[in-house]
Amino acid sequence: MATTSTSLQSRVSIDRRIKDISFTTFLSISIVASLAFIFYIIYRLYNNAGYLLSWDLVTFFPSYDIDTAGFQSSIMGSIWVVGFATLFAVPVGVMTALYLEEFAGKRNRFTALIELNIQNLAGVPAVVFGLIGLAFIARGPLSWGFTVGSAAIVLGMLILPVIIIITREAIRAVPPSYKEGALALGATQWQAVNKLVIPSAIPGTATGTILAVSRAMGESAPLLLLGALSFVTFNPTGLDSGFTILPLAIFKYASDSREEFQVLASAGCLILLAILFAMNLSAILLRDYTLRKRNV
Amino acid sequence: MSTTAQSGSAVMSLAPSTHLRRRNLIQLVITRLMASATVISVLVTVGIVLSLLPTTFRLLREITTQVFGTVWAPLFTPSQYGMAPLFTGTFIIVLIAMVIAIPIGLAAAIFLSDYATFNLRRIVKPILEILAGIPTVVLGLFGLYVVNPEFVEKYWPIGEPLAYTALGAGLMTGILIIPIIASVADDALSSVPRAMREAAYALGATRREVATKVVVNAGLSGVVAALILAFARAFGETTIALMVAGSYPKLTANPGDPMQTMASFIGFAGIGDAEVGSSAYNTIFLVGTVLFTVTLILNILGNRFISRFREAYE
Repeated sequence: MATTSTSLQSRVSIDRRIKDISFTTFLSISIVASLAFIFYIIYRLYNNAGYLLSWDLVTFFPSYDIDTAGFQSSIMGSIWVVGFATLFAVPVGVMTALYLEEFAGKRNRFTALIELNIQNLAGVPAVVFGLIGLAFIARGPLSWGFTVGSAAIVLGMLILPVIIIITREAIRAVPPSYKEGALALGATQWQAVNKLVIPSAIPGTATGTILAVSRAMGESAPLLLLGALSFVTFNPTGLDSGFTILPLAIFKYASDSREEFQVLASAGCLILLAILFAMNLSAILLRDYTLRKRNV
Repeated sequence: MSTTAQSGSAVMSLAPSTHLRRRNLIQLVITRLMASATVISVLVTVGIVLSLLPTTFRLLREITTQVFGTVWAPLFTPSQYGMAPLFTGTFIIVLIAMVIAIPIGLAAAIFLSDYATFNLRRIVKPILEILAGIPTVVLGLFGLYVVNPEFVEKYWPIGEPLAYTALGAGLMTGILIIPIIASVADDALSSVPRAMREAAYALGATRREVATKVVVNAGLSGVVAALILAFARAFGETTIALMVAGSYPKLTANPGDPMQTMASFIGFAGIGDAEVGSSAYNTIFLVGTVLFTVTLILNILGNRFISRFREAYE
């Protein structure tokens, strides 16, 4: 067997073998380079601003004085805005997904339209969501101003299609036999979905939601239009409160001409990456935990 | 007497009990509730279109053919509305991003679908997801502080690059879209049936030949979808372009110069509290309409290609 395979291989011309080896090398270099890039970014940020890392960074408010400048109001702002965006987007997204997967019945023109709409909504550039926020929510009919509430609606609309897509996948992964068994025993569609489909789809939905929320946490463009790039030295107190968010606080410090503030911006990036890393890690752990539980 | 009792009990058994009736009512209410939640996603799209179009048309009626000019200075007086610099800025930055991301992204996809072992795949995929999760503001900061001064300023041969360069923005946007190309193309390549690969191996093809001549061809519509969706993502990227390429709409073909993209103009003009009806307010909706239309067409096209390979192999 071994001899046959070598004799077969020797029939491959040297030319083709060299091409094969160089192609494999190219693939490996590409993979290693893109993975190494992540570590390089973190290394450069840490090298630049690592010495600044302390609790002061998280507890100090933004300031023009470098010694007392920090990120507290922007971290709290991010938590408020993203928190309320989640509260809005998750129920709506989950209900939409459940409707499309379980209640809409056969594919018809209405569901086809909704599906096309969700697909395309997921591809709309983030900054365009800022425009609808500016036209209808912060100004115009709703006139809520540059507040936590306006920003939460805008970010909520941004992550809504992602949550719908993720939840639909989680629902589709539930074996149809669960539901069919319940229906055969005379349960209504809702009873079957509520008692069997939803509990089985929760882990997948939760994992996906954390990833979508961490995307909202790092998003900066749409809130540029909602006045979030401003100097806010207080934590949000409610939906009507003014706010800033961590990515835009970084942006603000980064565009300062003084080098100390640029270093501070790098430190802000480290904080942001740490928050996102923690969120991603919890999503992965949740996925592994539920998979293991299911397999036992 | 007995007959009436009998017929009465027969009616009782045929009519649903209150318990059953309540069950059906709940079912009905919940279905309606979910259907109305579904409408919200449509309302968002309608809202986007309604927010963009009126202002855009009002401005277009005022400036008409000025949009074809070569100077973009809507925030100055007298205002000039030539969109050419925004188009060149956007396309040059997207082009650089694609040049970086296509080879690396496709290499990653081929690696994942045809070269990596199961365990290696389990490690590489999540790390690519982490790359996809790096916020654009971090990439922008890296482009501004590291790529521009240490790379573009030192080595770019044409002109004298300053703090802001389109090249730096293009490179960082390229990094941003690598994971998109990798994951969409990997989905397509991985769904190519194994029998096709085995047939090629049986005919004596090498691994590279199987991957590039059989698998990539079979999954071509997915690969095309990956490129289109990545293009659309780069096209709408705001923060990186704003931080790294600056906010000067220069009409130039030299990537070492600062440039403004359509998206970064919206971000830039929106920073100041744009008064309703001011020229900053009106122009961001004009540019937003162009941005929305182009990305919408690209996304529809990309999703068409995706459903084509899904139909073929799944």
